[in-house]
Amino acid sequence: MNNPAPYRAYTPGTQPPLASHAYRGTIRRHPLQPLHPMPQTITEVTGPSFSPTRYKPMADMTATGAAAPLGERILVAGRIADEDGRPVAHTMVEIWQANAAGRYNHPGDTHDAPIDANFHGAGRVFTDAEGNYSVQTIRPGAYPWPNGPNSWRPSHIHFSFFGPAFATRLVTQMYFEGDPLLPLDPVFMAVPDEAARARLVAPLDMAITRPGFALGYRFDVVLRGRTATPMEDNHP
Amino acid sequence: MTPATAAQTIGPFWHLLEEKSWADLTRFGAAGEPIVLTGRVIDGDGAPFADGCVEIWQSDPPTSDMFPGFGRSVIDPAGEFRFVTLKPGLVPGRGNAQQAPHIAICIHGRGLMHQLYTRAYFENDPLNETDPLLTSIEAPARRGTLIAKPDGAATWRLDIRLQGGNETVFLDV
Ligand SMILES: [Fe+2]
Repeated sequence: MNNPAPYRAYTPGTQPPLASHAYRGTIRRHPLQPLHPMPQTITEVTGPSFSPTRYKPMADMTATGAAAPLGERILVAGRIADEDGRPVAHTMVEIWQANAAGRYNHPGDTHDAPIDANFHGAGRVFTDAEGNYSVQTIRPGAYPWPNGPNSWRPSHIHFSFFGPAFATRLVTQMYFEGDPLLPLDPVFMAVPDEAARARLVAPLDMAITRPGFALGYRFDVVLRGRTATPMEDNHP
Repeated sequence: MTPATAAQTIGPFWHLLEEKSWADLTRFGAAGEPIVLTGRVIDGDGAPFADGCVEIWQSDPPTSDMFPGFGRSVIDPAGEFRFVTLKPGLVPGRGNAQQAPHIAICIHGRGLMHQLYTRAYFENDPLNETDPLLTSIEAPARRGTLIAKPDGAATWRLDIRLQGGNETVFLDV
């Protein structure tokens, strides 16, 4: 236990650099010193666990208002696995997004697009024993942001994952197949590796679609895996 | 092997911060030595990192129904975060090494393409002198960026500088 197997280093090119200066918000916010190398200890290879009895699931983000929200109802589903393909079971997934008009239901969002009283935009789900999750929501709209004189974020859904350890923490964004704004977006394009970028783009998946009800998109996610597994039985 | 999914900036992340109670790790009734861990996060211009959030994790005291070990705090317009938690005890290091008491920190925010990891240690703990991570940081001034200082009764302050002079040591976890 004192020499826990570490989680693997990130594969070069698959993560966006902290200094991604086309995204101007990074310029004064990234460290100039290199990250300090350290061996992972018990602190890094353990992490919180969340119980759905205490952290209430919100798997239907279209059901928080008095009526259905405006916009195109969709289902997003996928599987969370580690780098070796093993399912990440019973882990909490946090989800948040803008409404169909591209507006967050929050006083901090000043974009001149309508609030939808029937769409708050927050969700929370837990994976099953096979690592699968599913959420019902609406397709978010694109919105402008003050990066350049005419900058627009592609439609996206924010996701937060925990996995088994503090080292496996992942916050990312899901995009939609075929969005013409993707190659113009410095946040998306900050991921150097094309294949890694492509995995942030959810394809339409007719197997997830519910006929006559909602289109479905698949967003599979991979969390860091371990180099070896002496602690496998102790995964929290 | 399929490499881990790419991170993307968390901001705007408002909905994650609607549960303010998550900043209080004693909210489920955990007993122990309660402390406040607070601090100010600033950017390379010295401006508050006012639209970020801080998460903490500690593997001691052990997690239980009473103690989640994990917290999340908004960073307010002045750049301040604030947690109520229990003072961590000893966590073994690798091999026979002993780590000084510490809390792991993870920072997210607009302008951060990937979370940043650091740690909070506690000033004047004798184990700081032999802690494997602290002693691996060669410049004493940089080591000090990980050491929280007393700031009133049972309150510890760790200011975090994302960039520039006295930049916090961020960890390659
Ligand atoms: Fe967004």
